[in-house]
Amino acid sequence: MKLVESSLKPLSTSMFNVEHIRTDFPILKLKIDGKPLVYLDNAASSQMPQPVIDRMVKYQTMQHANINRAVHYLSETATTEYEESRRRLKRFINASEDREVIFTSGTTDAINLVAHGYGRKFIGSGDEIILTTLEHHSNIVPWQMLAEENGAKIRVVPINDTGELLIEKYKQLFNKHTKFVGVTHVSNALGTVNPIKQMIEFAHARGVPVLVDGAQAAPHMKIDVQDLDCDFYTFSGHKLCGPTGIGILYGKAALLERMQPFKGGGDMIASVTFEKTTYNTIPHKFEAGTPPIAAAIGFSAAIDYLSAINMSMIAAYERDLINYATEQMRHMPGIRIIGDATEKVAVLSFAIDGVHPHDIGTLLNQEGIAVRTGHHCAQPVMQHFKVPATTRASFAFYNSMNEVDALISGIQKVQKIFS
Amino acid sequence: MNTKSLYQEVILDHNRNPRNYGSLDNANRSAEGHNPLCGDHLNIKLNLSRGYISDIVFQGESCAICKASASMMTANVKGKTQADAETLIQEFREMAIGKLEPDGNHHLGRLTVFSGIRDLPTRVKCAILPWHTLHAALNSVATISTEDDDDPMHVSIGNA
Repeated sequence: MKLVESSLKPLSTSMFNVEHIRTDFPILKLKIDGKPLVYLDNAASSQMPQPVIDRMVKYQTMQHANINRAVHYLSETATTEYEESRRRLKRFINASEDREVIFTSGTTDAINLVAHGYGRKFIGSGDEIILTTLEHHSNIVPWQMLAEENGAKIRVVPINDTGELLIEKYKQLFNKHTKFVGVTHVSNALGTVNPIKQMIEFAHARGVPVLVDGAQAAPHMKIDVQDLDCDFYTFSGHKLCGPTGIGILYGKAALLERMQPFKGGGDMIASVTFEKTTYNTIPHKFEAGTPPIAAAIGFSAAIDYLSAINMSMIAAYERDLINYATEQMRHMPGIRIIGDATEKVAVLSFAIDGVHPHDIGTLLNQEGIAVRTGHHCAQPVMQHFKVPATTRASFAFYNSMNEVDALISGIQKVQKIFS
Repeated sequence: MNTKSLYQEVILDHNRNPRNYGSLDNANRSAEGHNPLCGDHLNIKLNLSRGYISDIVFQGESCAICKASASMMTANVKGKTQADAETLIQEFREMAIGKLEPDGNHHLGRLTVFSGIRDLPTRVKCAILPWHTLHAALNSVATISTEDDDDPMHVSIGNA
């Protein structure tokens, strides 16, 4: 990691009032066993600020009906708010058209949609799909299921010991059979930021489309899908201070139009007879059934909240957090940081000599500190580092430097107990 | 009981210096236990002769709770009959999921140091895995997983 030059003192905290931001999050006032909650499991799911909670309550108390159906006031209001949410998400990622934003139940659902809607139609026997060692299981298993069904092959980009993709190896994997690339923007287990723009450019030069799993990137940085030129980009609402059960798939309109639907049902059709069904236009073709309307509206309220703080500001503050935490931990005896990429977000995976991650997790919980322990649904990453599991502290913009200190002293307590 | 009393000296000691850790040449029963959710795995070998567990060892990679549980288990069942071991297996399991009171009527003795695990549903499987594996070894089942539905020792987090 690049550290702030010659000083651990955060650069941007003067402009960024974390204590003020924390007051927006009611859950952060909780005490766990009498200790203040230190929530460092943001890569699994982030917390929701009051304005988002309020927005969902407002929808549910004053605006709810089913969308795209009736002519009555509430149905029209709900439809308008739902479509407005799509528009805001489009702006958030700088997509060129509203119809390129499909609401899904989350990132997993979106990747399954592409594996089915694109993969089953355009990837066949003997074709190759390139994935990376850093993928979350949700960007591995749908492709394996497809490969098992149609005889396609999966090729995997390896990583080095800092947790970075070997880009030369990536380039060498391409051949005439390569039909698709699936790559995570940011590793959920290590925090590595992948050079996806460069990877996309390389794939496009060979006519290969690219899906980017943005679940761990979108909470931490400004995403511009036109600048990236990715073919698909996906992320989940609940990792961006929104509700669970909602996410988006961005896809280039030309690709989405050629794809087959994923789920059949209401709303995704133009007309139905028992002889033939004609599908609706995008994005509706991929939104069968009644969507989670409140969740979609909550999701857009969440990105409005983040945008008001400013994603670049969030990225800068989180960089200070991770630099501070990394620098503290680097000097602690018996600690091994797993994943030390030059470019990474505020995720710190680590091991304590002689202590199993599950014991670390339970003992930190005793101090009110919530971390994730386990394989993080990224077993290939664990296999590379030859560990069954790690302890992962993942930060959000509402975490304070004091909470980093709490983590450090929690780790010292664990080491003392096991000494 | 809270987690403070779970990580007490007796458990930490068994984790640091596990009893009956290693290999056994004349074993006639063995089983592999695995928790795919966390990667914990252990191997139990024992010698069962005329209904008695004359010797038992374990080896593996696991958290402190699992290792201490395995260590104390082997110390407890060594020299006991298969039937007595099965009783302990059952009682330990019931204690771990909160169905048996540590100060009630049972044969667990000092194994009640694990009773606090019932307040940590996500860790119940760590404590039970060695017992689960011993049960498999005694019943000549080669491998078990904490996530097998058909396993009689299966304890889902929801039940715990």
